[in-house]
Amino acid sequence: MSAKLSALHSDSYVEVSQYRDQHFKGNRKEQEKLLNQSNTLYVGNLSFYTTEEQVHELFSKSGDVKRIIIGLDKVKKTACGFCFVEYYARGDAEHAMRFINGTRLDDRIIRTDWDAGFKEGRQYGRGKSGGQVRDEYRQDYDPARGGYGKLAQQHPPVESRNTY
Amino acid sequence: MQKVARLLPEKLTVYTTLVGLLNARNYNFGGEFVEAMIRQLKETLKNNLYNEAVYLVRFLSDLVNCHVIAAPSMVAMFENFVSVTQEEDVPQVRSDWFVYVVLSCLPWVGKELYEKKDVEMDRLLSQIEGYLKRRVKTHVQMLQVWTAEKPHPQEEYLDCLWAQIQKLKKDRWQERHILRPYIAFDSVLCEALQHNLPPFTPPGHMPDAQYPMPRVVFRMFDYTDAPEGPVMPGSHSVERFVIEENLHCIIKTHWKERKTCAAQLLSYPGKNKIPLNYHIVEVIFGELFQLPTPPHIDVLYTTLLIELCKLQPGSLPQVLAQATEMLYMRLDTMNTTCIDRLINWFSHHLSNFQFRWSWDDWADCLTVDLEKPKPKFVKEVLEKSMRLSYHQRIVDIVPPTFSVLIPAEPIFIYKYLDETASTLPGYQLSITLGNAIKNRATNEEILTILKEVPNPNQEDDDDEGESFNPLKIDVFLQTLLHLAAKSFSHSFSALAKFHEILKTLADSDEGKLHTLKVIYEVWRNHPQMIAVLVDKMIRTQIVDCAAVANWLFSQDMAHEFTRLYIWEILHSTIRKMNKHVQKIQKELEEAKDKLEKQQLKRDMDKNSEDEDGQLEEQIERLQEKVESAQSEQKNLFLVIFQRFIMLLTEHLVRCETGSVDISTPWYKNCVDRLQQIFLMHHVTIQQYMGTLENLLFTAELDHHILAVYQQFCALQL
Repeated sequence: MSAKLSALHSDSYVEVSQYRDQHFKGNRKEQEKLLNQSNTLYVGNLSFYTTEEQVHELFSKSGDVKRIIIGLDKVKKTACGFCFVEYYARGDAEHAMRFINGTRLDDRIIRTDWDAGFKEGRQYGRGKSGGQVRDEYRQDYDPARGGYGKLAQQHPPVESRNTY
Repeated sequence: MQKVARLLPEKLTVYTTLVGLLNARNYNFGGEFVEAMIRQLKETLKNNLYNEAVYLVRFLSDLVNCHVIAAPSMVAMFENFVSVTQEEDVPQVRSDWFVYVVLSCLPWVGKELYEKKDVEMDRLLSQIEGYLKRRVKTHVQMLQVWTAEKPHPQEEYLDCLWAQIQKLKKDRWQERHILRPYIAFDSVLCEALQHNLPPFTPPGHMPDAQYPMPRVVFRMFDYTDAPEGPVMPGSHSVERFVIEENLHCIIKTHWKERKTCAAQLLSYPGKNKIPLNYHIVEVIFGELFQLPTPPHIDVLYTTLLIELCKLQPGSLPQVLAQATEMLYMRLDTMNTTCIDRLINWFSHHLSNFQFRWSWDDWADCLTVDLEKPKPKFVKEVLEKSMRLSYHQRIVDIVPPTFSVLIPAEPIFIYKYLDETASTLPGYQLSITLGNAIKNRATNEEILTILKEVPNPNQEDDDDEGESFNPLKIDVFLQTLLHLAAKSFSHSFSALAKFHEILKTLADSDEGKLHTLKVIYEVWRNHPQMIAVLVDKMIRTQIVDCAAVANWLFSQDMAHEFTRLYIWEILHSTIRKMNKHVQKIQKELEEAKDKLEKQQLKRDMDKNSEDEDGQLEEQIERLQEKVESAQSEQKNLFLVIFQRFIMLLTEHLVRCETGSVDISTPWYKNCVDRLQQIFLMHHVTIQQYMGTLENLLFTAELDHHILAVYQQFCALQL
């Protein structure tokens, strides 16, 4: 009966995901604790052209935003498609997880996830080429994220070579 | 089971049937269950959870249909509830609630109660009718979404329910919409022994009781709007009441899980007999536009509608488009607060669908004065849409004829931009300052440069040039913000780096006002930037809340007075003030608790009194802080109300002397904005009623302005 009742209180959009930051300084338990108290969200799948202003406008719909840190390519120091949004109150971040996660910004479905808290250095992509890891290996063409993935750019797919 | 009764009211007949069957098997179970529910009802009422209490009473009344509770004892409970209307000196909202509970149960149990106790029920209804006739309804106007009666009157909720119950009675209590599983089990249930409800005396009125606020029934569709398929039940049909109740309950239950919520709404039982999409859209907009505030956060409704569109891509988007069109058509009589919410909803919704819209359909808005509601609405929607995208996008999505409504490109306006500004008094200094800042000069070096700025206000600088110097503020702020114009983060960094200087420059009331003036001058094409800078400046105490209020109401900002961003800034400012007071009050409570615990411990451990002394000092300081903050908060509201009264009085007098109609778009906007202050911050404002009545909203005031205040007072009577 209590399992059924817990379904009545379900709040799955607010749950912490499986992702854990591999560069986190501390053990899993500490990371979990921070994630469960955090007021900061990681936002992914942004266009490289999405501005801080656009992020602020959208995420302000769930509450007062304390600060936004746009993710940067480590080499180029230009936006590379992610950011952090920190709220003054966790409740407002929870609303963002429930109602802004999975909706569109700049025509792209964005994804939000709990973050343990911004630390200097975390604003940089961790891919080899300087951007995000996901842009290293992807095969598709995404004009808002620099075109093809970095690997695909160096080694274009076989088919394109066989043109007669 | 009781939890389920409270939490899943839309499915109550399923669970009452279950209880009925269990009771038929085991009489004691039924008795214990009923007793437990009565206990829970008492608890719920004690804790001011009136909305939940309604579901509990409804559950109990449906148990009559399942032969668990004897009809006469239910009637007796209802009689006790209705007798509250005889109480004297109680808030109207108290007796309202008890009448509402009784009426709202009748769709479920009216038939059964009437069959068993028609004389008593007639008496009950007659008492209710008398009460409803006596009721004061000053509050209704303030809660209506539209001022017009056509096409759908915005009925007061009790009046509407009464009409629905009257109609139900005329139809001899035949109600066909509610799913009643217990009918299938009648042969088993009718053998069961029933229980009598213990006599239930409604708890007396307590001064800190918070009864639900009155509301207005939102209607935007009727049977003419759904072109094919099942017909929409009439506005006074009991089916309409039940459907709306259940849909509201589904949202209340599943609001945190939008996919589940959408799925539950769309799988509403009996959906084949009603135009469900229309009901859903009407209920959702009803919540979004509810005054004073929606039951849930605004953005929930945007996202829920998107989920519904995903699940019903072939039908729901069309209903939504039809609804949007209808709302646009009726903008002229829509409450300004509701228009705000419509603007925010529509622009956010469009941003999820590539801003696709048939703008040409709205070309009529270009033929009227641009201050009228329709073109104003489109203008604000385009402005909000631009914030979610970028200027060129907006230019691309509207027809060229709409260019007059397109927002300005959000670029910085720098007074000292180039040599054409060389005749301006601050020009040379702006260059010096700019270079200094770029070369990472220290605060001392900057201050030295600033000492050179002449003060246009004074002949002789008697002191160190510390008094209010508008030119200093102008040159420094313009130059700094120009260098930092690239993004919000750049501007925030600049404000942080030169916080001390800015605080010093803005040290007086005039200084604060002028600072805000300069921010407006440079960023007047970028209202979003103005808002975030003002926010930051309040949080870092460069300006205070009263300064912001005075600035927004100043003559310099009069031409912007009807723009949405002005009111967003004002309400955000008030909220910050409120949160600040709450924060310090909390700190004080925590310190007091700590002291209490410490004193208890001391009595047991015989520890030193030093720790107590320190804590007592801290409490005293916090107490002062709280009083100071509360005083600041009260002052903020007084300033705002005073300014409204001044502006409105001026307008009314001017119109009277010129024999001109007072109802200009500006006037309607201003009155709605005054109402909005009351509605959005009613909890805080309740504390000041005495001062407001004695100082500001006195009998000498023009009755147009006084009416707003009186309607507000009527909300809690």
